[in-house]
Amino acid sequence: MARMKFVCDAERCIECNGCVTACKNENEVPWGVNRRRVVTLNDGVPGEKSISVACMHCSDAPCMAVCPVNCFYRTDEGVVLHDKDICIGCGYCSYACPFGAPQFPTSGTFGVRGKMDKCTFCAGGPEANGSQAEFEKYGRNRLAEGKLPACAEMCSTKALLAGDGDVVADIFRNRVVQRGKGAEVWGWGTAYGSKQAGQPPAGLKS
Amino acid sequence: MNRPGVLLPVLALFAGLAACSEKPQSLGAGKTDTPAYQGAQNQFVSPGWKAGDKTSWEQGLKTRMQNTQNEYSKTN
Repeated sequence: MARMKFVCDAERCIECNGCVTACKNENEVPWGVNRRRVVTLNDGVPGEKSISVACMHCSDAPCMAVCPVNCFYRTDEGVVLHDKDICIGCGYCSYACPFGAPQFPTSGTFGVRGKMDKCTFCAGGPEANGSQAEFEKYGRNRLAEGKLPACAEMCSTKALLAGDGDVVADIFRNRVVQRGKGAEVWGWGTAYGSKQAGQPPAGLKS
Repeated sequence: MNRPGVLLPVLALFAGLAACSEKPQSLGAGKTDTPAYQGAQNQFVSPGWKAGDKTSWEQGLKTRMQNTQNEYSKTN
């Protein structure tokens, strides 16, 4: 069974924000909400690194653990989604998430802190696949259309990889072998609890 | 007062109140999410796989991943 995962290759990310734009366009995300964003470490310093960050759809998602109304669920493909009809916008998930993924729209029907919004891995939500209701609440359901998340498919340098964890790990591993460096994958261990794809060598701090 | 003079404000009042209604928000009891491999009911579905067939959906995605994200498979 496929387990959907994200990998951002910091050796390739050029901070173009194409992924951010693709996400906002594809899902018609409102102003003030960024499901995905690009973070640059040591900005302006030679050797700076950029990474594209969004919900990583963690294997053991902290947001699911702390939600007081249990609005989160996980699909068969390992995508962490939530039901906006149940969410009360309390913000606990925002404190629990190590990636800052949960977003809270401040305009619209639900007042100052609206119902939580986050990356859906372009998998929509608990409405009929591809329906207008699903689009309005959660955005496009590209997985049900046989496609991958728009951010990864639009990435100009293919720094952002999305899809079945085994396949993205294979693609990334091949790159590392070819170029001989850059095996560190930011967030992989935190999200998926695994040392396999890019933890720094023992004794070094990331 | 003539009839239109009475009717018009009444109609305007009803129209105004109707605009105050809210979309139904069930608490999600019994709500389920359809698996992605069942396909989407719109015109954007990519060709090359059969809706409802999980194996074909997974294979389609894997092929798409190799074609769109792995340039080494093209250059080598």
